[in-house]
Amino acid sequence: MTAVRLAGITKRFPGVVANHDIHLTVRKGTVHALVGENGAGKSTLMKILYGMQKPDEGTIEIDGEQVSFASPADAIARGIGMVHQHFMLADNLTVLENVALGSEKLYGIGARARRRIKEISDRYGLGVRPDVLVEELGVAARQRVEILKVLYRGARTLILDEPTAVLVPQEVDALFENLRGLKAEGLSVIFISHKLGEVLSVADDITVIRRGTTVGTAVPAETTPRQLAELMVGSELPTPETAESTVTDRPVVTVDALRLAAPGGKALLDDITFTIHAGEVLGIAGVEGNGQTELVDALIGLRSADSGTIRFLDEDITSLPTRKRREQGIGYIPEDRHRHGLLLEAPLWENRILGHVTEKPNSRGFWLDPKASQEDTRRIVETYDVRTPGIDVTAASLSGGNQQKLIVGREMSHGPRFLIAAHPTRGVDVGAQAAIWDHIREARREGLAVLLISADLDELIGLSDTLRVIYDGRLVADADPATITPEELGSAMTGAATGHLVAEEASAATGHLVADEATGTPEIVADEASAATGHLVADETSATPENPARKTPETSAEAPESPEDEAR
Amino acid sequence: MKKFDRERVLLAVAGPVIALAVAFVLSAIVLIASGKNPIEPFVLMFEQAGFSDVQVRIVNQASMYYIAALAVAIGFRMNLFNIGVDGQYQLAAMVAAIVGAHADLPAVLQIPLLLLTAMFTGAFWAGIAGVLKVTRGVSEVVATIMLNAIATSLIVYMWRPDVFGVKIGNNSTTGVMHESGWIPGIDMGAAGEIHGLLILAALLGVGYWIVLNRTRFGFDLRASGASESAAAASGVDPKRMVLSAMLLSGAVAGLAGLPMLLGDTHTYSLNFPKGVGFLGIGIALLGRNSPVGIAFAALLWAWLDKASPELDFHGFDKEIAVIMQGLIVLSVVVAYEAVREWGLRRQQRRVGAELAAGLALGAAGNGGDADGGNPDNTQKEVAAR
Repeated sequence: MTAVRLAGITKRFPGVVANHDIHLTVRKGTVHALVGENGAGKSTLMKILYGMQKPDEGTIEIDGEQVSFASPADAIARGIGMVHQHFMLADNLTVLENVALGSEKLYGIGARARRRIKEISDRYGLGVRPDVLVEELGVAARQRVEILKVLYRGARTLILDEPTAVLVPQEVDALFENLRGLKAEGLSVIFISHKLGEVLSVADDITVIRRGTTVGTAVPAETTPRQLAELMVGSELPTPETAESTVTDRPVVTVDALRLAAPGGKALLDDITFTIHAGEVLGIAGVEGNGQTELVDALIGLRSADSGTIRFLDEDITSLPTRKRREQGIGYIPEDRHRHGLLLEAPLWENRILGHVTEKPNSRGFWLDPKASQEDTRRIVETYDVRTPGIDVTAASLSGGNQQKLIVGREMSHGPRFLIAAHPTRGVDVGAQAAIWDHIREARREGLAVLLISADLDELIGLSDTLRVIYDGRLVADADPATITPEELGSAMTGAATGHLVAEEASAATGHLVADEATGTPEIVADEASAATGHLVADETSATPENPARKTPETSAEAPESPEDEAR
Repeated sequence: MKKFDRERVLLAVAGPVIALAVAFVLSAIVLIASGKNPIEPFVLMFEQAGFSDVQVRIVNQASMYYIAALAVAIGFRMNLFNIGVDGQYQLAAMVAAIVGAHADLPAVLQIPLLLLTAMFTGAFWAGIAGVLKVTRGVSEVVATIMLNAIATSLIVYMWRPDVFGVKIGNNSTTGVMHESGWIPGIDMGAAGEIHGLLILAALLGVGYWIVLNRTRFGFDLRASGASESAAAASGVDPKRMVLSAMLLSGAVAGLAGLPMLLGDTHTYSLNFPKGVGFLGIGIALLGRNSPVGIAFAALLWAWLDKASPELDFHGFDKEIAVIMQGLIVLSVVVAYEAVREWGLRRQQRRVGAELAAGLALGAAGNGGDADGGNPDNTQKEVAAR
């Protein structure tokens, strides 16, 4: 029996095909895992199934009957329920009120609803207490409330979007126990994840999505994480690789005992000390939410340090405002380009001015110089291969990779001495990724100091001259990128190892992919089912699980774009 | 890229046209519902626009509306809502009138003195809200509304004969200003006089465009309005920007009453027009914060104001014009948002199509990624609720 069948689903967004000819069949009473990298199209597909978006082509069948959803309400009526990664609960209401909210017609808001909640909770072993305020609940309990909310509305098929991203290992186990309970009652679960160990341990079937289309299905019992990872990322991907060292002994940026505290007094950054020399790339590894954002903010001047100093080219810039820092030659590739790097509804040439409005060619004294900046935008578009029909289109109409190339071009155009590159290739296609790496390498050769923050450990290891690991706001370990493996780095990122990391044996590891993107909490990976030794490679672009090509010459990174890329 | 320019013009015009059409239709429905002829009032009002004396009154009224709307628009361009233009221009006009009644310099000094007084008063009043916002985080909307109320009380206080007031019959005034501060009008013969400070309104419009589009300050201001976070990352000091925009908006607001004060009444009395600041909000909205758009919108508003009294003589209620103004504001908000989103999506689609067809400036053959250019995140948030 099939619960859900998606056939030939295609969804186009401006300039991008998010889903292309996707096929997915979910059997009744099973957990079906949908795996793929970030940006592979999983979320779009689930939005289509949940009625939030309409497919351009293809059919949806529920219980053998073809349906068309105009809104999530239609999907709910058909027994589809979605548990979002970010919970949709009102903190100051009780569990009962949260569950009944919007579905008052089903069982009222009083005793009947309470009885029903108890009933569902007992039946599936959710352990939900109806009269507790949601604000008193922990993350895992909130998640169970979300699941109950969906069941309360009569869902027979549950979509769980990255449910384990916010949970600690014991909670993950408990969740999986709940999922098995649901399965035993004949319900179906679609489980979205990119943590392969988890997927293999809980799923009955696996469908892999890559670059917007289904590239294969797998049976967990017969699949290794390694095979799954290969399905997920494909092969023949370029690897970041720096050639001989260009590090000099001229310090460009010196950070000394930097401390930054949250309003409550908790240290977000503590005793951060490092020096970046001309021609050096300092890579910061760490699970997201361990202080990387704060470090970048402190360096660019968006937050001021509580104590400690930042020196740039022999000048103390600790108290300089952002604009002065940028004028003096600090380039900035922000982590979230939509929030910090672009004016989405402004034309490209105005985006070229952003951040450098006081500098040539954008302005002459008090006056803007639109002609010159337009001219220069054309140059950037050409030099940095920004794919656009013109410089008057809005930044929002470009794809992520092209937006990023524009930002990189803009920042490089002002001769920076120090570049802050936060996730420079996040959400960027393979071709653009290689180009951005090239630009960073080239600037490094010319004496640029770079602070590289990335969740892509291969990128970090491949580009960096020096590696530091950040954990809970402190730099806890350092490593030599020439010898360290992603796996060793990964375990240091969980706080397990400190001090100088020395590679034991660089070849034996069979790492696999575990990615973490959205949660702010440090995450420890539960990994019981897989035989793999290493873990933790976070990436949303195109990490290869291992990096056998580490010794290849630099040209390997300039390899042509991958076949899929050209096919589009 | 001629195509995209034409597109921009189309998008710019589509919003107001749709909004006005909807407002006309809705007004007609209101008329039908009250058992009146739905077309005749508009015919009457159009006829009014043909009389030269009505035209003069429309232009004079529009000059005040225009300045007030520019003041509002300055705030809008950086996501600040200065509701306090109303209090700012009234207070500024009163203070200017008082100074004009007491100081008596040669005209070349007197007029700049009065203009500066008004600008300074308006900026000061708006600046209070600005300071509260940057130091205490008080919403400028709340602060400026409160300041409007305080301004009203302050004005009543200053009208007291023992303060600055001069009673003329039943009317409270601030006394007649010295003639050196009068600005002669442009004589239109029997039709009357156009306020001399109409020129000031025009200059302000030009200045507004230049400052916003051709200066670093203007770019920072627009960037702050478009994305506060991106502006901060680009080096704009958000607090300073809020304060400067508030001061600038207040200074312009302070000028809104002067065309009438210096050109016609020469005193600040109970008869001085009220509510111009609030109308300015609707006008700035309709004019899409563009100096040219606001000019059209101000003329439209002034026409509705000055042509509607005639309706009373033909068995219609002149309030239909007020209803119409309200409906325009409502439909403007809806229509603009719809057109904006439609335009954005349309452009994204076209860019996608052109790239697919290989028309890119760069080399060929890049797909982009699934997360890329679509502003899907906000949509997800909304849809998920």
